[in-house]
Amino acid sequence: MLKQMEGSRAVAEAIALCRPEVICAYPISPQTHIVEALGEFVKDGSLAPCEFINVESEFAAMSVAIGSSAAGARTYTATASQGLLFMAEAVYNASGLGLPIVMTVANRSIGAPINIWNDHSDALSQRDSGWLQIFAETNQEALDLHIQAFRLAEELSLPIMVCMDGFILTHAYERVDMPTQEQVDAYLPKYEPRQVLDPAEPVSIGAMVGPEAFMEVRYLAHAKQMDALRLIPEYAAEFKKVFGRDSGGLVHSYRTEEADTIVVAMGSVLGTIKDVVDEMREAGHRIGVLGITLFRPFPIVQVREALRRAKRVVVLEKSMAVGLGGILATNVGMALAAKPIDVYTVVAGLGGRPITMRSLHALFRRAEKNDLDPVTFLDLNHSLIAKQMERERAKRRSGPAAEAMLRDVGVVAAKLA
Amino acid sequence: MSFQPVKFYQTGTFTVGNRLLPPEERSVQSQEKRYNSINSGHRACQGCGEALGARYAIDAAMEATNGRLICANATGCLEVFSTPYPETSWQLPWIHSLFGNTAAVATGIAAAIKVKKLKGERRNIRVVAQGGDGGTTDIGFGCLSGMFERNDDVLYICYDNGGYMNTGIQRSSATPPAARTATTMAVGPEPGNVFGQGKFVPAIAMAHEIPYVATATVADLRDLEAKVRRAMEFQGARYIHILVPCPLGWGTASNETIRIARLAKETGMFPVFEAEYGEVKSVVAIRHPLPVEEYLKPQKRYAHLFGKTPQVEVIAKLQALADRNIKKYGLLDGGAR
Ligand SMILES: Cc1ncc(C[n+]2csc(CCOP(=O)(O)OP(=O)(O)O)c2C)c(N)n1
Ligand code: SF4
Ligand SMILES: [Mg+2]
Repeated sequence: MLKQMEGSRAVAEAIALCRPEVICAYPISPQTHIVEALGEFVKDGSLAPCEFINVESEFAAMSVAIGSSAAGARTYTATASQGLLFMAEAVYNASGLGLPIVMTVANRSIGAPINIWNDHSDALSQRDSGWLQIFAETNQEALDLHIQAFRLAEELSLPIMVCMDGFILTHAYERVDMPTQEQVDAYLPKYEPRQVLDPAEPVSIGAMVGPEAFMEVRYLAHAKQMDALRLIPEYAAEFKKVFGRDSGGLVHSYRTEEADTIVVAMGSVLGTIKDVVDEMREAGHRIGVLGITLFRPFPIVQVREALRRAKRVVVLEKSMAVGLGGILATNVGMALAAKPIDVYTVVAGLGGRPITMRSLHALFRRAEKNDLDPVTFLDLNHSLIAKQMERERAKRRSGPAAEAMLRDVGVVAAKLA
Repeated sequence: MSFQPVKFYQTGTFTVGNRLLPPEERSVQSQEKRYNSINSGHRACQGCGEALGARYAIDAAMEATNGRLICANATGCLEVFSTPYPETSWQLPWIHSLFGNTAAVATGIAAAIKVKKLKGERRNIRVVAQGGDGGTTDIGFGCLSGMFERNDDVLYICYDNGGYMNTGIQRSSATPPAARTATTMAVGPEPGNVFGQGKFVPAIAMAHEIPYVATATVADLRDLEAKVRRAMEFQGARYIHILVPCPLGWGTASNETIRIARLAKETGMFPVFEAEYGEVKSVVAIRHPLPVEEYLKPQKRYAHLFGKTPQVEVIAKLQALADRNIKKYGLLDGGAR
C-alpha cells in the first residue's frame, strides 16, 4: 500500500511486519523515531508477542540482543554514532558468536566535537566487526532492506547493520510502498537458529578458544560473510517476485555506459549525484555513477567489473580515514589494484555539511580534467582552518580548537540536541 | 543408592551431618541425584572457593527449577577454568559473552523465553547470571543496576573473592581495606588496599528494592542452598552475593577455604543476611564471636599486618569495620533489633 510517511516510521512498520520477538533500544538521535514507534506497537498490542526493553545503555542494548538471540528469539535493535561506539565490544561479540541480530544504524557523525548530523563515520568504524553492512539510498530501500536483512542474517547466522542516513532519510517524509503482512510472511521464513540455549539440549556457547583453533573460527566468519555475495542477489530476485520491485543487491550502476568518469558513493547522496550526472550527460559529459549497496562483505569483483572501462573513478564518501584519506576509497582502490585507473578520494558532507549539486558540478568537471588532488575535502573553509592554525602557532595555550573556530564562524551552524 | 537410615554421632556444632537427617531434608549436594551442573575436570586451583560456590549455587538452582535453567556467565576465573575449549564443565545451557554485560545478556534470555512461552513454543525456563566481584561490582555494574531497576526475571549471583583473580589478583571495588593485591602492594607507608574506598553491592541491590537480596559464604552449604531455593520462589530481579575465598589470591592453604569463609562470617567481616523488597528479613548470627585477627592471620594478603611490629592500628581499624557490621546487621543477636 502506498503511504506518505516519515522514514523512521516506515522502517518501524517494516520491522513490525517481520515479527520480531525481542526489541531493545537506547535513545540517540537520529534513531529515536524508529524505536519510539516500535515501543508504541508493542505497548498497544499491535506487535505481539514481543518484548520491548528500555535498556540503560547501548552496551546493554547489544548485550540484551545477544542473550535473546542466543535463546532463539528474532531480535532487533537500532542505534547511531556514539551509541554504536558505546556498544562496540558487544558488536564484535554478537558477530563472533554468530547471532543474527538486525540493527538499524541511523548514520550520524562521531564526536568530538559532538554533532548529531549525518555522515557515515559511525557505521564505517565497525566495518571490520564481522557484521554485514548494507546502505539504503531511499526510504523505500531502507524499508525493503530491513525485510531482506532478517532473511539474510538468519540464513547465515550473522548479524546485519542496515545503514540509513540520519535525518536525510530517517526524518524525511516520502511516499513508500508498505508491503502487506502476507507478503512479508511469504518472503521471510520462521527463524530456525543454528544454536540455541535449551535445557533439552544443553550447549556451552562462548568458550575460550586458544591459538589451536582461533584462526579457523575467525576464518569461518570471513567465509560466511563472503557467502552473502552469492545469497544477496538471490534474495533480491526473490524479493522482486514477492514484492514486485527491485531492492537491495550488491552494487548499482547508473548511466555508466561509455563513461570515462564514474563516481562511487553510498547512501542518500546518490540521489543528488544522479541528478548532477543527468545534467552533465545532457551537456555531453561521459560520466556515470556506481552506487554501493553492500559494504560488508565488500563486493570487490562486482565493483571491479562495474568500473573496468572507466578512465578515472571519483569516490565520494561521507567518512574519513584520518591520516590516510578515505575508507570507501581504500576499499574501491583494492578492487582496482593493478588497473590503470586514477582513483580520486573526495571526503564530503561530514557532520551534515550539505553536498550541493553546484559543488558536485564543479568537482566532477575538475575530475574530468584530472585536476583533483588524490584526496579532496569538498567545500572546506580554508580560511577558517588557516586562522586556527595561525592561532596555534602564535600561542601555546591556544585553547579548545572547535570553540575558537565556531567563534570565527560567528553563527552557530548546527544546534545541538 | 538408597540412603542409610543409620545415625552417626555428631562431633561438633558445625558438623551438621547429612546422615543425621531424613533424606528429604538433606542438602542438594549430598544427594546422589544432584545435577553436577559444573562437572569435575575443570581447571580451578585446588581449594577454589569460587568453584565450590558455583557448584553449590547452580546445583541448588537446578534442583529448584527441575533442571529448567539457562546460565549466563561473565568473563573471569569461573568462565576460564570451566570451559577450556573444546571441553566444558557445564551440564546446563550456558553462555559467556563479555566481562561487563552478563546481567544484560541474562535479561535478553529471559525476554526471549517469555515470548517463546507466550507463543507456546517453550515451557518455562528460568535464568541465572553469574560473575566474579570485578564483573559484578565494577565493570558489569551498569548492566546489573539496569537489570535490577527493570526488575527483569533474573537471579544474579556474584562470587566475591575480593579481586580480579583471573588477571593476576588486582584490586576491585570489593577488595577489603589493607588487603595486598598486585595493584595495592604491601609497600609504602600504608601497605595494601586503602581504607575508605570500595562498595558493598548487596546494600546497593537492596536500594533497588528488588524482591530478593542475600549474602552467603561457601562455609554454610545449607544456608546457601536455602537462599538459592528462596530466590527461585520470586519472579523478578534477585541477587545473591557469595563470599568465596581464593587460595591463590588470598594466600591461604587450599584445605582452608571453608574455615576461612566461616571466619569471615564469625568475625563480622562479612555479614550474612537476606532481604526482601529492600528490607532485611533475617541474619545468620555469629555463633562464636572472634577477633578479626583470627580471620586475617591465616591469609598472606594481610601478612604485612603481622610482621615484626604488628600493625595494631590497622588491625583496630579493620576490627572497627567488623564491629560496625555486627551492630548494623545485629549479627550477635541474629538481627533482633
Ligand atoms: C572489557 C574487559 N576488560 C578487562 C578484561 C580482563 N579481565 C578478564 S577476567 C578479569 C578479572 C575478573 O575478575 P572477577 O570478575 O572478580 O572474577 P574472578 O576472576 O576474580 O573470579 C579481567 C580484569 C576483559 N576480559 N574485558
Ligand atoms: S585464582 Fe582463585 S578464583 Fe581463580 S581458580 Fe584459582 S582459587 Fe579459584
Ligand atoms: Mg574476583
